[in-house]
Amino acid sequence: MKRTLLFLTLAAVLIAGCAPAQAASVPSFETSVSPEAWARVPAGKFLMGPHNHETLIDYDYEIMATDVTNAQYARYLNEALAAGKIKLTGSQIVGYYPGDVFHNYKHEKRIDAGDWLYVPLDERGLRLAFDGKTFAANPAYENHPMVQVTWFGAKAYCESYGWRLPTEAEWEKAARGTDGRPFPWGETIARNNANYYDSRDPFERGLGKQGDTTPVGFYNGATYDGYQTLDSASPYGVYDMAGNVWQWTADIYEGVHYRFMRGGSRGNYDYNLRVWTRNDARPDYYGPSVGFRCAR
Amino acid sequence: MQAITDRFKYLFRLTKGLALVGIAMVALTTAIFSTLSGPMAEWGIKDISVRLLGMRLVEAEREGRIVMLYHSIAMAVIAIEVYFITALVPMKDNQRLTINTTVTFGYLFTMIFGLWFGYWGHNWILHGLFLLGLSLMLFAGITLSVALWPWRTEYRVTDRTYAHGPGEIDLERTAFFTMALATLGSVIVGAIPGSYFGNGFESFLAENVIRQPHKTPLELAVIGHLHIMLVLIAVAIMLVVSRWFDFRGALHKVAMPLTIWGTLIITLGAWLVVPFEAIAHYIIYAGSTLVMLAALLLVIYGFGKLIRDRLAEQGIQKASLGQKFAALFHDPLKFGSLWQMVFMNFTTSGPGIFMAVELDKIIRQWPGREERIILTGHWHMLSAIIATIILFYFADLAGLKGKARQWLGWLIIVGSDIAFVAVDIFELKRLFIGEASQQPLVDWTMLFTDLGLGTVVIVLAALMIWRLVDLFKKNGRWKQELAEAAQEVSQ
Repeated sequence: MKRTLLFLTLAAVLIAGCAPAQAASVPSFETSVSPEAWARVPAGKFLMGPHNHETLIDYDYEIMATDVTNAQYARYLNEALAAGKIKLTGSQIVGYYPGDVFHNYKHEKRIDAGDWLYVPLDERGLRLAFDGKTFAANPAYENHPMVQVTWFGAKAYCESYGWRLPTEAEWEKAARGTDGRPFPWGETIARNNANYYDSRDPFERGLGKQGDTTPVGFYNGATYDGYQTLDSASPYGVYDMAGNVWQWTADIYEGVHYRFMRGGSRGNYDYNLRVWTRNDARPDYYGPSVGFRCAR
Repeated sequence: MQAITDRFKYLFRLTKGLALVGIAMVALTTAIFSTLSGPMAEWGIKDISVRLLGMRLVEAEREGRIVMLYHSIAMAVIAIEVYFITALVPMKDNQRLTINTTVTFGYLFTMIFGLWFGYWGHNWILHGLFLLGLSLMLFAGITLSVALWPWRTEYRVTDRTYAHGPGEIDLERTAFFTMALATLGSVIVGAIPGSYFGNGFESFLAENVIRQPHKTPLELAVIGHLHIMLVLIAVAIMLVVSRWFDFRGALHKVAMPLTIWGTLIITLGAWLVVPFEAIAHYIIYAGSTLVMLAALLLVIYGFGKLIRDRLAEQGIQKASLGQKFAALFHDPLKFGSLWQMVFMNFTTSGPGIFMAVELDKIIRQWPGREERIILTGHWHMLSAIIATIILFYFADLAGLKGKARQWLGWLIIVGSDIAFVAVDIFELKRLFIGEASQQPLVDWTMLFTDLGLGTVVIVLAALMIWRLVDLFKKNGRWKQELAEAAQEVSQ
């Protein structure tokens, strides 16, 4: 009897442990930072990587002031669907990609021309809904970064407006400016600088330390229901360059099928938010902490 | 003054004292520096430590600091193993004294000045003294290899139940010698890139370059170095446990050649990572198989011996299965030292092999950060397993008996094993759960990891406090041990 009770208790604990946590309700905040805004980055040298290697970007460019939001991506999907640029295959949104040059390096995988996944529609953590005709962002997440999007989906979004994904160098310069700082706002990180693991923002309540995405531009020095943020823009006025979601970048390197991401996410410890930290994944990878922004 | 001299003599001349200081230094380092990351950072302890201790943590130097920390702890662990070896393996007294003295200065210099340099500021003298410490360790290694030379006639095997080669060469001694020699070569493999990266302060962690298609020879050398050093530390503690159990007989005669050849082959494989990365893995697998087989034979012998000795002690001639198990579990220190070797296969070798076999099919479908978590967890666990075996041996050496022996032994076994399983589930969580649903699983695995490791740390603290309190006693256990050692020398 005792053994049965012990077994049942353990089983109950394990089942409870595996049940996904749910926030009671998603807080809704306007951040006053427009996701339509762009920041200009002037041509010139900057210090790249942890060892501050002097790197030149010899052209001016602009980068989105925030990550692409769910509302923006839903708008794009509706336009692209109407224009026949994307297809629905089962529960997947797919689109054409011309393929990578294959070098047959060790561990390299072929990325051939064809239809590749943009967004999986049935994936937990996706904040979009599709009623058979129209895509719409979940109202509570309209101004949160678009997630569960592959590199193909991110690239297609940017290119559909005549833009592109930023290269790693462009991304890093936009994040840290020219003075070699490790975080967009300066030398050290505090909990109210960014959305990271156990940063104790309002979106962690009820969900645990990984929490949820925060609205883009959330860390702008404003106070939300008593939660004071620090203004965490980069020297060029770019927000969310540390934490919240990883951001796809454009570079394709010889012999590597992976694509690289920057910025760290809500699921990472603070040191992963240093501007030079990289993550990588297959271009058809998607995750609830992976988003992007564009450059032009 | 005499009281201080006596205690100094105990702590820096006796194997027990030297090992105690080494373990205490590792414990202290772990206690301080573990506050800088993981749950301790989450709880805000990091900020307190940094403020209280006046640390100067520059974000860009994190990787470099960690490299200094790893070396500091590794040198202390190597020193502890060297103390065990010089006490267990016959050698000349002056050799023993030279080796122990050099290795003690070596690890203390490395640890104190390395950490000072890394965490409190950049003074070139500190860095120089850190390098001096590493150089002393190398010199101690050379001296140890000379002392372990197996072909001297006085070290030939006289009891033929021990593994021996042509001319009665002691194969266990040869295994120690091979391990020491392999370590020296592997040190060079690390020292070359170390001097390059160290000079430019362009340090990196190997787990951050895993998916780079082109690794430079120096990057490959770092990867080879860190792997082989941990393997050789593991081989060393396995040989120490062999001596502890007085491993002999048929299994010993098979295990020792396997250890010698396995050590040589793995080392060769690790060195060949630089010029022939593609085939190096296969050589490493072959060597690992031999060493793991040797460890298995030691475990079989050791378990049998534990049962036989206990039953003989109890005067039981024909034991039931239950009595045999009771005898096996009777001494958690000795059982634990072997059990951890078995358990390692489930928590470290098993997942490691799985990862190697399914690398492209499964692991590399995940983001790089996930692979990094597995690698980091993998070698942290291997290090922790080695540390627990060292603790078991030291606790026995320190004369822990009765209930304290039982509590310490079982708490370390259960605590560490729970933590290792939890870490395994955590690091391989993508096999069965997506990121969007992972938080409860992460919370549970972290809880069990913290509880398990916390238990081990508390037990370690208790052991250290026990010996520290004893040192303050006029006629404590230390005095008795000092007297015993003096008696042994006079005999």
